[in-house]
Amino acid sequence: MSLIESFNPLTDPMIQVMNESGEIVRPDLMPNWSTEKIKEAYATMILVRVADAKFTNMQRQGRCGTYPSVEGHEAIQIGSGFELQKTDWVFPAFRELPICYVHGMPLEKILLYWLGNEWGSHTDACVAPVSIPVGSHMLHAVGYAWAMRLQKKPVITVSYFGDGATSEGDFYEAMNFAGVNKAGSIFMCQNNNYAISTPRSKQTVAKTLAQKAISAGIPGVVVDGLDIFAMATVTKLAADRARNNNEPTLIEAINYRYGNHTTSDDSGRYRTKEEVEEWRKKDPVMRLKLYLQKNNLWSEAWEQKIREDADVKVRAAVEIGENFPVQTVDEIFDYMYEKPTPALIEQKEYLKGFLGNQ
Amino acid sequence: MILTIADAISLALKQEMAHDSTVMLMGEDVGVGGGVFRISDGLQKLYGAERVIDTPLAESGIVGTAIGLAMAGMKPICEMQFDGFVYPAFDQIVSHVARMRNRTRGKLTCPLVIRFPYSGGVRALEHHSESPEVYYIHTPGLKVVCPSTPYDAKGLLVAAIRDPDPVIFMEPKKLYRAIKEEVPEEEYTVEIGKARVMIEGSDVTVIGWGAMIPTVLKAQNILAKEGISLEVIDLRTLSPLDTETILESVTKTGRCVIIQEAPRTCGFAAEISALIMEKALFSLQAPVERVTGFDTVMPLLKGEDLYLPNEVRLIDGIRKVMGR
Ligand SMILES: Cc1ncc(C[n+]2csc(CCOP(=O)(O)OP(=O)(O)O)c2C)c(N)n1
Repeated sequence: MSLIESFNPLTDPMIQVMNESGEIVRPDLMPNWSTEKIKEAYATMILVRVADAKFTNMQRQGRCGTYPSVEGHEAIQIGSGFELQKTDWVFPAFRELPICYVHGMPLEKILLYWLGNEWGSHTDACVAPVSIPVGSHMLHAVGYAWAMRLQKKPVITVSYFGDGATSEGDFYEAMNFAGVNKAGSIFMCQNNNYAISTPRSKQTVAKTLAQKAISAGIPGVVVDGLDIFAMATVTKLAADRARNNNEPTLIEAINYRYGNHTTSDDSGRYRTKEEVEEWRKKDPVMRLKLYLQKNNLWSEAWEQKIREDADVKVRAAVEIGENFPVQTVDEIFDYMYEKPTPALIEQKEYLKGFLGNQ
Repeated sequence: MILTIADAISLALKQEMAHDSTVMLMGEDVGVGGGVFRISDGLQKLYGAERVIDTPLAESGIVGTAIGLAMAGMKPICEMQFDGFVYPAFDQIVSHVARMRNRTRGKLTCPLVIRFPYSGGVRALEHHSESPEVYYIHTPGLKVVCPSTPYDAKGLLVAAIRDPDPVIFMEPKKLYRAIKEEVPEEEYTVEIGKARVMIEGSDVTVIGWGAMIPTVLKAQNILAKEGISLEVIDLRTLSPLDTETILESVTKTGRCVIIQEAPRTCGFAAEISALIMEKALFSLQAPVERVTGFDTVMPLLKGEDLYLPNEVRLIDGIRKVMGR
């Protein structure tokens, strides 16, 4: 029995591999990563932080629509993403910049979506579009994995969602369908302790979110979501179950959203600075940096270099995103059906009449 | 008091909760956070967490339990966070809320209010800019209300809370803080089912509701300078429809344009147009004109201005029925 199958989500402590000081407390659970890969993970975390700060700023300057911060979600999404095959399918909610990027979406596409352009969801990466209706998309991931079993393809799916999403009925239906139909799908619940202003304690009196898996007869594990190594290892184990045996897993990754829910939110209304500072001590990026430093894998010069690289990449993405052609009338009408309906043809012509035939 | 629509709704909630202890407000983030539009700011402090409830994130759960609460004599007001997030509760609304009275021949009723912000034009994300009124209008057993002014927002919400039947209360989010007007401090009701002739005129009847009303007023202003006189009707209640006010006006003007933000096909404008054809055809000097959204998904923010009906399109429609 692997760690996942033997885990008791009602009683077992959260799985942690690296503690807050960057020390490895469970060497037996270290992912099989080269030092190069570990450094790449850190550089990716930095890139994601730079992009997140930039997109947030752009919203403040009126250059971007509402944007959801991802600070605090880096270890979950980069750690898990590094253990997936590029042919596996990722089903994001909306706070998923890191996994979308790691799984092959160009940064400018990710930005383009938040700029309010549908082309931001048009990608060759195996990433489903942003799903704003909370809790609705885990079912899609299950269906996709189910199809992969029917088609005998070694492809698994992972849905990413929050603690709030576990209150929606669709979440239970998704886990249940995954169990019944043997769908190799991982449920990545990012318990960042809040659903906008609503704390985790008001979502459920269940002791853990992982225990909800019991109702569907699938395993549920609790992992330190601010520990990139724990995330990688547990994802690998869950991915093996999914790929080899079409078995689903619920992973409850405990983390914290350091920023506001979105740029429309003011988190000072519902939580204290002290609370945020407490969680800051567990920061996933800082934690990996401490690890790198302890193992002589870090230098000031290297940090400088990856930050500069990140700036260059983010600037390039902004450049492309902001210079993307403006929406045309055709684009609004032409993708509703494979062939336009008579009503759409008429309405499009009518609208063009007002716009000097774009 | 000079209030915005947002203030007027807040005041109505506060006052109704003060004098009726069965009234409760339930929804996502309505308590500690005061609601994402700050409508219920401060209410949990006033009335406690048992009456202003931060629910789990589950719309079906909110409306489904509100049905039981209402059956047992409570007065739940359910806030759905956005127009596009009512759908998880749609089954409860259509299958139970709307049917309880008829199903039990009046023995059990469901007098609850479901409030949600609707309309586009605020540069929001997908599912945050929808105009879904017809789903509810089309469902027998529901009343549907959609104010466009602070005065009506307060009076209609009070009426909705006191109504013996379920009311869908749609709040034009684009207008939440866009207009201010004098609103009486004391409580009053605006009768559900009564439209308002906002401006009297003689050439064309223009019918709108909610978020489209400022567009109608703009067009009215522009055309008045040209000597075209519009009679502006704000429906205020979409179900039951005030057919009398509509027919009286159209009989007088002989021309009618209806503006609607929702997609065109089977929109509410089509129903109003059919009503006029059935009941006032021989008063018409031109076919009824509809100015509407399109049969497309509401575009993301870069495309939303292309979609939204504006005064240019409305004036074009008005000229069409005027034959110029
Ligand atoms: C069905 C639905 N209801 C409400 C909303 C509005 N909303 C957007 S995000 C959010 C909270 C989500 O919380 P959680 O699932 O914990 O994810 P997090 O935002 O913390 O990443 C809410 C209520 C929505 N998008 N979809």
